[in-house]
Amino acid sequence: MYDVIIIGAGVSGAAVAWQLGRFNIKTCVLEKCEDVCEGTSKANSAIIHAGYDAAEGSLMAKLNVRGNEMMDELSKELDIPFKRNGSLVVCIHKEELGGLKDLYDRGIKNGVKGLKILSREEALELEPNLSEDTVGALYAPSAGVVCPFELNIAMAENACENGVEFKFNTEVKDISKGEDGLWHIKAANGEEFCAKYVVNAAGVYADMIHNMVSKDKIRIIQRRGDYCLLDKQVGGHVTHTIFPQPTSLGKGVLISPTIHGNLIVGPTAVETDDKEATNTTAEGIEELITKAGSHVRNLPIKNVITSFAGLRAHEEHHDFIIGEVADAPCFIDCAGIESPGLTASPAIGEMVAGILKEKMGLTEKSDFVATRKGIVRTEGLSVAEMNELIRKNPAYGNIVCRCEMITEGEIIEAIHRPLGAKSLDGVKRRTRAGMGRCQAGFCSPRTMEIINRELSIPYEKITKSGGASVIVPTRTKAAGAAGAAASCAADAGTQANLGAAASKESDGEVTGA
Amino acid sequence: MKNYDIVIVGGGPAGLAAAVSAKKAGCDSILILERDTELGGILNQCIHNGFGLHTFKEELTGPEYAYRFIQQVLDLGIEYKLGTMVMDVAPDKTVTAMNREDGMFTIPAKAVILAMGCRERPRGALNIPGFRPAGIFSAGTAQRLVNIEGYMPGKEVVILGSGDIGLIMARRMTLEGAKVKCVAELMPYSGGLKRNIVQCLDDFGIPLKLSHTVIDIEGKEHLTAVTIAEVGPDRKPVPGTEERYTCDTLLLSCGLIPENELSRAAGVEMNPVTSGPIVNESLETNIPGVFACGNVLHVHDLVDYVSEEATRAGENAVKYVNGAEAEAGAAGGNATTGAAQAEAGGNAEAGRAHVIALAATDGARYTVPSTINVDRMSDLLTVRFRVGDVYKNSFVSVYFDDERVMHNQKRIMSPGEMEQIVLRKAQLAERPLLKTITVKIENE
Repeated sequence: MYDVIIIGAGVSGAAVAWQLGRFNIKTCVLEKCEDVCEGTSKANSAIIHAGYDAAEGSLMAKLNVRGNEMMDELSKELDIPFKRNGSLVVCIHKEELGGLKDLYDRGIKNGVKGLKILSREEALELEPNLSEDTVGALYAPSAGVVCPFELNIAMAENACENGVEFKFNTEVKDISKGEDGLWHIKAANGEEFCAKYVVNAAGVYADMIHNMVSKDKIRIIQRRGDYCLLDKQVGGHVTHTIFPQPTSLGKGVLISPTIHGNLIVGPTAVETDDKEATNTTAEGIEELITKAGSHVRNLPIKNVITSFAGLRAHEEHHDFIIGEVADAPCFIDCAGIESPGLTASPAIGEMVAGILKEKMGLTEKSDFVATRKGIVRTEGLSVAEMNELIRKNPAYGNIVCRCEMITEGEIIEAIHRPLGAKSLDGVKRRTRAGMGRCQAGFCSPRTMEIINRELSIPYEKITKSGGASVIVPTRTKAAGAAGAAASCAADAGTQANLGAAASKESDGEVTGA
Repeated sequence: MKNYDIVIVGGGPAGLAAAVSAKKAGCDSILILERDTELGGILNQCIHNGFGLHTFKEELTGPEYAYRFIQQVLDLGIEYKLGTMVMDVAPDKTVTAMNREDGMFTIPAKAVILAMGCRERPRGALNIPGFRPAGIFSAGTAQRLVNIEGYMPGKEVVILGSGDIGLIMARRMTLEGAKVKCVAELMPYSGGLKRNIVQCLDDFGIPLKLSHTVIDIEGKEHLTAVTIAEVGPDRKPVPGTEERYTCDTLLLSCGLIPENELSRAAGVEMNPVTSGPIVNESLETNIPGVFACGNVLHVHDLVDYVSEEATRAGENAVKYVNGAEAEAGAAGGNATTGAAQAEAGGNAEAGRAHVIALAATDGARYTVPSTINVDRMSDLLTVRFRVGDVYKNSFVSVYFDDERVMHNQKRIMSPGEMEQIVLRKAQLAERPLLKTITVKIENE
């Protein structure tokens, strides 16, 4: 029995888990995928929004601004790459200049600091590649870029470190209130859980989870957004995050450097009934290229290294739904978390934990660990630091991903951390191995070798991202035949190998002596 | 770390041949840096035959071909480091590299030979719409998994792109019991060698669908199907021509990209057509003493030509090192310019050197090299180029400024097969005013 069960290990669920980690309670996160950060949290603009977009007085506005404020400290505490690069909402039609002023006014009311309306000249000086048509821009210095994977993973890791349990491949199928007054949860894999409180952080599925317990139905509409990610070679094409003026469908197609130095272009906004429709479309990508080109000149779109799509969990009233469900006491919704959900996530965690703290009378742990140290990043280390690292662990001298220059040491660490990587995508999101211009063409066989070795997962079972996503389901004829012949001798072989390793070690001792 | 006269970045076919020729040309201070755990590069996974017909007059497999050169490297006592990634090549030719044993180290080289090879264009760069499930591989990655690791990506295969590796893998997957349903090629002609179309597709009854591309990828976790459509002259899908193929594997063989990140960072000037360095007759880049050869320079079809090219790069690197030493030796006395510098100085054109530009027009896409310093060229100089379309019974014409000096009819030329012309030094030397040599394709 748990005090709190959180459904979903995306950025909202992880943020709630992170905040609950400080209290003396038993918390568990149920996640239908094999890893954290598998849904909307992994496929978005990765922007820390300033907070001028959301309607004044909305929860969205409040949590956006609060989340933005929390990022400096959070990024230090949890060791997450974050940079305030500033954003520009660019106006290219004179008659729409008034729109910038409206955004400015709303931003001021929302509590956004440092906003400034720039003339055409000022905007172009700040960002020389803006369109010739630029007539003005709203500058928000507090906007930033973050690694969305690491934000999600870091909060989850810290929660794990502080005793929060995570159950992966655990899809919630049914929730009911028992006569014992507890929530009883059935998972698709047959497991059952019960808890005093449930937090619904199920992303695009938050309506399904909510509707299992409440008569007051909600509806999440998936809004698909296609993105293109461009090579680091052109990552400096703009240095600020460039937005068009917003419309009813959202903030529009942005162009931004990413925290890791790529250029991101997107998203489109297409509504879909399918909660799994993360497929890109030819029309979507076409639209991106056209729209992005109207605000930034000479967009180097031919340098695309990948395209992807994410689903925003759009709630029909366009605000976050956070709080206890009226007809389902002890069930807390965290629904409709669309943009600026990533920005707001730490504040969402804080708010939900606040609600639970008050209702449950939570007390803080004495041994709470507030900080988390990320995976050693070899990029940017000096030669001396690098050599010190390699001396201690030679795996840091072996580059596995040659595009992003990721070492074997980093991959091994990603695998063995709390909530460690189990798949190629798990490694990729934690280390960036495979995220570069060759898109894992070179490093995936090598990463598979490391996963096979470190986790004793047979090659045939290694996945791209869990489930049915196996990479090489069978052996070749020759290897299969050799394997069959050798299989009876396998134990002996292992022993022989161990023997060899052992004798090597004793050789070392002799030499050492 | 020891100092070396010549550092070779890459121990594939180009790096090996360059090392062997540099050693034979008299340089004893050579180091090959190879990122993989074996010498030989991608040849190690090319277990099919057909290598070496030009070089050794016999048919070898990739590993056998590589071993002919590895054997020489070993016999000649050329030093190499495996598992070693070059992190940086500075404009002053200081090479920074890293491995498990030595950590990060620098070598101030006198000459550097770039031989990093190329990589495959991934799905992302093609902007193919659809899902992003497991089961999509670049052909070379699948080749490694099958031939080196001994694992099969799947049983029902569609291949996009008719590059040579894709064609070879169509046959390889078939021999392993997989069903290769078709090879779709966006262009109206194949990107691979004719012999591979015949031996890898025709012989196995695998259809090659020219002017077709993949327009959708299905499967949330693992690939389940792709949709292929015909494309019009604008290379856009033609509505109504869609065909759905169930499959668990999609292999991509849509072009190779020279791997020039190190070169760019060093300040090497690039040719946007080849995505490789701009080089002169000595295969030297704009940075004197930095040479390039093999697929990092321009993508080749045949490894034999890589070896031949790399051999020249190795010899020229030795000349450069010797020239630089002669110059350094003379620097104390009277400043020797002229000959020594012409010998030594790369694109830094020495005083009155006769430098001719090469241009590719009218169907010829590029030439390697891009310039020729007549004094420094060998008696015969091979100029390689590719055409941009399929040409039947057309002529390769070479113009010395406005004068047509070569006009050779070819039965067929296609983008998938590299072409070449040979220039004679004597021919150029007798034209001191010659500025530009143009290679073009003419109908008559």
